[in-house]
This record gives sequence, C-alpha cells and structure tokens, in this order.
Amino acid sequence: MTRKQRRLTLILSALAVIGVALGLVLYAMRDNIVFFYTPGEIVAKDVKPGTRLRLGGLVKEGSVEKGADRSVLFTVADAQSEMRVRYSGVLPDLFREGQGVVAEGVFEGAKAFRADTVLAKHDETYMPREVADSLKKQGHWQPGGPPAAPAAK
Amino acid sequence: MIVETGHYALVLAFALALVQGTIPLWGSLAGDRALMAVAAPASIMQFLLTALSFGALTYAYVVSDFSLVNVVENSHSLKPLVYKISGVWGNHEGSMLLWVLILALFGALVALRARRMPDDLAASVLAVQAWISGAFLLFILLTSNPFARIATPPMEGRDLNPILQDPGLAIHPPLLYLGYVGFSITFSFAAAALINGRIDAQWARWVRPWTLIAWMFLTIGIAMGSYWAYYTLGWGGFWFWDPVENASLMPWLAGTALLHSALVMEKRDALKVWTIFLAILAFSLSLLGTFLVRSGVLTSVHSFASDPRRGVFILAILVFFIGGSLALFALRASTLKQGGIFAPVSREGALVLNNLLLTSSCATVFIGTLYPLALEALTDAKISVGPPFFNFTVGLLFLPIFLFMPLGQMLAWKRGRLLGAAQRLTFAVAIALVAGLFLAAANGEPAGAAALAGLAMFVIVGAFVDVAGRVTGGGFSLALMARRAAGLPLSAYGTALAHAGMGLTLFGIAATGWGVERVISMRAGDTAALGPFTVTLDDLSQRQGPNYRETVGAMTLRSDGVEIGRVNPSRKFYTSRQMTTTDAGLKTISLGQVHIVMPEQNPDGSVDVRMYWKPYVALIWLGALLMFLGGGVSLADRRLRIGVAKRAQPRVRGPAPLPAE
Repeated sequence: MTRKQRRLTLILSALAVIGVALGLVLYAMRDNIVFFYTPGEIVAKDVKPGTRLRLGGLVKEGSVEKGADRSVLFTVADAQSEMRVRYSGVLPDLFREGQGVVAEGVFEGAKAFRADTVLAKHDETYMPREVADSLKKQGHWQPGGPPAAPAAK
Repeated sequence: MIVETGHYALVLAFALALVQGTIPLWGSLAGDRALMAVAAPASIMQFLLTALSFGALTYAYVVSDFSLVNVVENSHSLKPLVYKISGVWGNHEGSMLLWVLILALFGALVALRARRMPDDLAASVLAVQAWISGAFLLFILLTSNPFARIATPPMEGRDLNPILQDPGLAIHPPLLYLGYVGFSITFSFAAAALINGRIDAQWARWVRPWTLIAWMFLTIGIAMGSYWAYYTLGWGGFWFWDPVENASLMPWLAGTALLHSALVMEKRDALKVWTIFLAILAFSLSLLGTFLVRSGVLTSVHSFASDPRRGVFILAILVFFIGGSLALFALRASTLKQGGIFAPVSREGALVLNNLLLTSSCATVFIGTLYPLALEALTDAKISVGPPFFNFTVGLLFLPIFLFMPLGQMLAWKRGRLLGAAQRLTFAVAIALVAGLFLAAANGEPAGAAALAGLAMFVIVGAFVDVAGRVTGGGFSLALMARRAAGLPLSAYGTALAHAGMGLTLFGIAATGWGVERVISMRAGDTAALGPFTVTLDDLSQRQGPNYRETVGAMTLRSDGVEIGRVNPSRKFYTSRQMTTTDAGLKTISLGQVHIVMPEQNPDGSVDVRMYWKPYVALIWLGALLMFLGGGVSLADRRLRIGVAKRAQPRVRGPAPLPAE
C-alpha cells in the first residue's frame, strides 16, 4: 500500500465510523425524544391522545388520592388548565401538594394522563426548572415573595 | 481575622497568577532563563496561597462561624464534623474554591517536576496553567465569594442539603475534580507546545503521566458518584444519563481517547495533530461540564442556588479558553510534520479505531445532552432526551470497542496480522462462549444479558492473553516464566488490568438484566420473597440522629430458611430543612447486592418497600477500581521510563532552574 492509499483508508474508515454514529443519533432521536408541556399547552397545542410527553405543573392542593396497591391519582395544574394523572408506584421523596412536579407518560385525551415516571428532579426550592420557566411565562411565579421579573431566565 | 486572611490569600493568588501567566511566557518566547525561572516558585506559592484560603473556609465551617453567608446557608452547628468539613465543597462557592485548589495543586506538581523538562516548555505550561487559575480565581472573587460576611449573624445555620449529608460527599467531588481539573495540565501542555512550536514524541512522553493521573481519578470519581447515586437516590439505578453525569462522561471518553493516541505519538511519532486536538478537547469538555453544572442551566442535585451572572462569566471563560486554544491550534497545526506511517491493520490502526469510536460516542453524548438546551434556546420547545437514546447510541458504539479491545492489544506496531492475533484469542473466545452458555442456563432470560456477559468474559480473558503469551513465550518452565514475568514492563500489566476492569464493568452492567425488583407494602412480621431470598420485616422503630429523625426498618434476609444477613433501610427527616431522604439498606452477597428502600409510610402503619436483587452489580464499581489500579501500575512504569529518557538525552535539559523555595 502506498502512503496515499493508507491515508485514504484512514479517512474512509473515519468517515464510516462518523457516518454510523450520525445514523444512530438520527435514528434514536426519532423515537426517544419527549416533549415537555404544561396542562395548558396540551390544550393550546391540541396534542393528540396517545402521545408520550412530560407533563409539568403544580400538584393541586387536596387532589392526591391514594388507592389500593400504591396507585395514586393527582391533579397537575397550571394557570389555564389541569390534568388528572394516574400513576402506579412509589412517589419520590419530595412529591408534595402545592409543589412542582414533572411526570412522564402518555396523554390519554380528555384531561387524563397515565404516568410511568414521576420525577423528583428539582433544586432546593422544590421547583423543577421547566415548571418554573412555564409558570414565569404565565406570570404565576411566586418564589415565596413578589413575582420575579419574567426576563430572569 | 482568619476568614479575612483567607480572602486576602485568594486575592494574592490571583495577583500571582497574573505574574505567573505573563513573565515566564515572555521569558520562554524571548529565551530569557531568568524570566522562565519565575514559573516554578510562583506555581508553588500559588498553591500555598489557595490552600491557605481553602483552610480558612474549612476553619469557618468547623467552628460554625455563622457570620459567613456561606456557612449560614450550608451548615448547622449540630452537623457531624465530617459533614462540616465536606460541606465546604457542598455548595457553589466552596466547590469552586476546591476546583481552584486542585488546579493550583496540579500546577505545583508540574513545577516540582519541571527540572526534568526543557525550561521553555515548563515555563509555558505553568504560564498557561496560571491563565486558567487566574480566570477561575477572578470568577470566585467577583461572583462567588465564599468569604462574604453577613450583617446580623443568625444563631443557627440553615444546614446542608440532606441529600449531600453522606460520606459520598467527602469522597466523590475531590476525586472527580482531580480528574476533571487534571486535564487542565494536558491542556496547558498542548497550548504550550503550540506556543513554542515544538511537538514531538518527547512531548507525548511528558504529557502521558499527567493524562493517566487525570484519567485514573476521573474514572474512580465517576464510579464513586455512580455508587452514591445508586444507594442514595432510591431508584436502584447506577447511571441515569442525567446531563450532569454526561458532563463528566464526556471528558472521560475524550481523555480515554487521548490516553491511547498519546501512546501512538510517543512510540511512533504519528497522530500528532490529533493528539494535541484531543488534549484541548478533553479539558474543553471539563470546562463545558463546569459550565453546565454551575451556571444553573440544568437542574439536578448538583446545581446549587444559581445566579445568571455566574453562567455568563463561566461561559466567557469557556469561550476564551476553547476559542483561544483552537485558534492557536488552527494557526500551528499545519506546521506539524507527519510522523511514522503504518498499515491499517496494526497496533496504530487499532488505536485509531479506538479513537474514532470513543470520540464518536463522546459526540453522541454531547448531542444528546446539548440538543435539548439548544432547541429550547432557539425555539422555546422543551424536550428531553432520555436514557433510551443514550443506551441505544452509546451502547452500539461501544460494542465494537469491546470486540476489538483484546484484538488491538495483540497486533504488532506498524503492520500486524489480523489472523494471527485472532488465533491467539481462541482461548478467550472459548471461555466467553462457555461462560455465556453457562450464565444463560443458570440465570435464564433475557438472552441479551448472557450474550453481553459472554462478551465481557472475552474482554476480561482477552486482556491477559498478551501478557500470558509474553510470559510463557519461552516455554513453561517455572523459573523462566517467573523471570520473563518480572522482565515485562509494568505498563503491560497496567494495560491488562485496566482493560479487564472495563470488562468487569461490562459484566456488571450486563447482569442488571437478571435483576429482580419488587414493590410491596409490608407490616412488621411480614415476609416476602425476593429472587432466591426471602425478606422479613422484623420491626419498625424511630431513632433520633444529631440533626434528623429517622424511621428504621429492621429486616432479615434468608436463603432457604437460613439467615444470611440483616439490612436496615431508613427514612430520615431533617428538621431544619423539613426534608425527607431515604437511605437504602444494602447487603452484598458474593458479588450481588440486595438493595431495599422504604420510600413511604402508609397511614395504616404499613410501609411501602421497594426491593431489588441485583446479581454481580458490585462488578460495575469494582471494574472501575481495577481500571484505577491498572492506571497506577502503568504510572509506576512511566516514572522509570522518564528517568531513562532523561539520561539518554541530556541535551534537552537546560541548566537546573532555581530551587523552588
């Protein structure tokens, strides 16, 4: 093999690996991306039932109903709308009424949502960032004081 | 007074960084030895000043000096001493101070070994290191001062986030930072080489030990963080593809690639441009990780209260260093001469493949982590890219890495024989097949787990085939074998250990497929089956800790009616933060673990219990430990080799620099 051929082999194999990696990324992106919506956005954007998404908002006070066998029903609300969430499993440590929550699962239509994961990812002020941003946008952001400037993002 | 001294020391360290960043660099460009000699003592002084500052903050924490905002917000007088100390870096300001301390530590270590390097290279490396230190010191002083006082000191602090009150906090961040920040040295070496315009095999020899140290600590730091998340977050998982985890995985992937390409550069004088690029990339990704974690663009247990000014400042640092180094790279890379040539099938070729696959994996992690952030910034749509994406892409890209790992080790430099290498691996393949079939028969579904475990066995056994072949190459007489074993370079053993460690980790990951999970409600006296064991909840009791109250479940594990251990999962309620955490009860049985958490107490007196049986799970972290050890063994060898090279080429040494006092 000449020097030129060797270099060509190197470049071609590099392109092949990068191509494969890119293909994998694009293929995986098709199925594995989940959008984040608040209940109001689901209504506004006319999301189709059966769509997998992340639902974020505040757990409505007094809405948590525990059933048999660790099934839980609770309402996630934002300023415009609310959504009844069905979940079977153990809720995270920091799940509380009146606090922010993110649930991942399937939108079943007619304000019903079946969650398979309820996330406890948030900062010290018990607010998931996505939820905080959405609430700020809707002008409902009250971090224990006067509403923050919406520009603070 | 001590606190003010600490603050003042930090200001002095910044001023010194300015001196260290300019004078030696000027000296190295102008060829002035006196100016270059400033670098080493300045680096050591820089470290001492930063250490003084860090010590002052630690003192404030230990004596619970509530006149400091930082201490008030993150400490409590009743907190155990170990958490008072580790709480120093359990918050934004303190963790940045630890970052700078380790940065200065690496600078000082290079300064202590500067005599073995050419003066101009040492001076430039330390100057670049000072630029990085200076930038972060300025960042601390302007936006994140840990020494800020409070006008009316409260009587009591607000306590540390309970999730962080764990021995993991004492270990994980320092180890991780040693790795993260360790790549600053390889970056400084790359930038210095570009500035001085001298990039050769010798450079690779100097930079390899530092890369190895950073890589070792990053490996163990990530593994430690993974174990901590495993036992503390209550989900029983060991890796969540959380953006913060990805932020540490990216430099690891780039660093692993760098480790291997620097080898090619050292032995064969090839892949020079690529190696320099990787050295820049590894640290750039560390900086990116710091930005992601510290700027508040992500929410996780790692992000503390955020302030937008900080994000902008770190972004500026990021742009300056990545942009600056890449500009320098573009300017100088074309002047590099191509080194040794090699056939596609050769050790070099295998290492190139390793680099391609590792950097591609790194790129997919990068895309998966940053795409949601970019999309949100551009279109306002919020998406999440979850574990399925990463498992699929990174998993598939790692398959060929595992397949070719033992094969690459077997190929000769310059030109190798694929068939010959494959033949020598027959034994490893046979073991892998037998192990895979045996595990499939013993553990049943899923078949994928057995196949992956078989692949892992191939990697583990294959890692030692090369060493075994070299030891037994002269016949099987015991004395000869012992002599040959002693004659092998330590780095051969290091490679074998590190590669086997990778295989162990893969085995542990594969075995998660055989795990058993149960979620049930239990009352005292109830017994439940868990895989091959039974779990009995004997008793529930309340206990009072120093700054929390806890409910502890006393459970007994039995196998065929025989007691094999007790586990005590608990729920802790931290009064000062009104926050609950769950502590898993763990019992290691051979290499597997029973993992039990009690996430909830029901009104009727029963508790919800989440139980896992995870066979071989300990291998995930033991594998990382083995990689760390392998790195250490290689490092011991390196030091000797640097000594030899020094004797062989005395002309590269200038007159000894001034002793560092």
